Amino acid sequence: MNCVALPRMSSKTHSSNNIAHARRTVQQLKIEASIERIKVSKASADLMNYCSEHARNDPLLMGIPTSDNPFKDKKPCTIL
Amino acid sequence: MRSPLTPEMATQEVQLNETLAHLKTESETLKTKLEEERAKLHDVELHQVAEKVEGLGQFVMKTRRTLKGHGNKVLCMDWCKDKRRIVSSSQDGKVIVWDAFTTNKEHAVTMPCTWVMACAYAPSGCAVACGGLDNKCSVYPLSLDKNENLAAKKKSVAMHTNYLSACSFTNSDMQILTSSGDGTCALWDVESGQLLQSFHGHAADVLCLDLAPSETGNTFVSGGCDKKANVWDMRSGQCIQSFETHESDINSVRYYPSGDAFASGSDDATCRLYDLRADREVAIYSKESIIFGVSSVDFSLSGRLLFGGYNDYTINVWDVLKGTRVSILFGHENRVSTLRVSPDGTAFCTGSWDHTLRIWA
Repeated sequence: MNCVALPRMSSKTHSSNNIAHARRTVQQLKIEASIERIKVSKASADLMNYCSEHARNDPLLMGIPTSDNPFKDKKPCTIL
Repeated sequence: MRSPLTPEMATQEVQLNETLAHLKTESETLKTKLEEERAKLHDVELHQVAEKVEGLGQFVMKTRRTLKGHGNKVLCMDWCKDKRRIVSSSQDGKVIVWDAFTTNKEHAVTMPCTWVMACAYAPSGCAVACGGLDNKCSVYPLSLDKNENLAAKKKSVAMHTNYLSACSFTNSDMQILTSSGDGTCALWDVESGQLLQSFHGHAADVLCLDLAPSETGNTFVSGGCDKKANVWDMRSGQCIQSFETHESDINSVRYYPSGDAFASGSDDATCRLYDLRADREVAIYSKESIIFGVSSVDFSLSGRLLFGGYNDYTINVWDVLKGTRVSILFGHENRVSTLRVSPDGTAFCTGSWDHTLRIWA
């Protein structure tokens, strides 16, 4: 990456901007660090349960009869 | 030429630098703590827990309809809640509304810009939203009169300072959520065009977004060129969770149907699953043979299947729980740029740089 020599900003403004940004980062990280978490084993079990509970209503998963799927054509039409 | 520092300015500068260094250290400490907390709960892998689940059989999915009419790359599409209409947008500036059952075009609008990267159907089915290089998101009410010029009723809603990458109506026709190359997301009132909330936190272009299923509450997830996926509180504008495990741009994010997780697709050729309550990545969907980026992902209705549209023109279908690929679909003659499962889960639609859309079932 090419570095362009910038005219020197007032040191105070430059550092103040960096500080404001750094403060926001620290605040954000504090929020993220403080949330409640559950174990992956529990989360996984819940995902699996959801899948199995809804599997029978998932047409792409189960495949549904041609007659029930508007996109699957019934027998091709012959033009006489 | 450097202006001379007074003794007061020199002291101030030292103090500011010390504060900055202190904040950076605190930042690093918090990041480490975050990783430690997440690691403590990483007791098992999803695919290990899923070993006891029955494997999936062979899938036969084919192109059932091909929608032809765009003059250039298809960039985005969305389903209408009626499960048969589709809106699509293209590099050629056209936005087309199709009846996917019959493949008839019902409406067409020419946008004043090329690269219409985003489009969305309103929940009522009575309007569509779109935008792209014009940096705006505009809403077009759909007229029953086919001869009426849709462009005449156009309403400009969102204004960003860079391209519009994605848009979505919330639960009603009244609000739209947008993401932009300007690095922000925003929530807008459609009627007044007023900005209701803005979401700052991405360090680069935001490329995609998805709203949480309504039962889960007021959050949405966004993905960007900073490789981050962020989860946001819509009311406060606060980023509540952030995930950075992808190695390149995140092109697509989609919530798992329960709202407890979301999937992402990236230029790093992988799809990933992040569980929101475990606050971590819980699966990676990848193969050594897959080296092209993922442009778009969506789940089947039960969440068991994840469909990914890729830049190598294919669609890969993944077993979400076991982490394995169950099918690879061919048909498009150029990149797959957009992919959505229909509202009742009977089919999914893909759009491609080959100018067409395909319905698969």
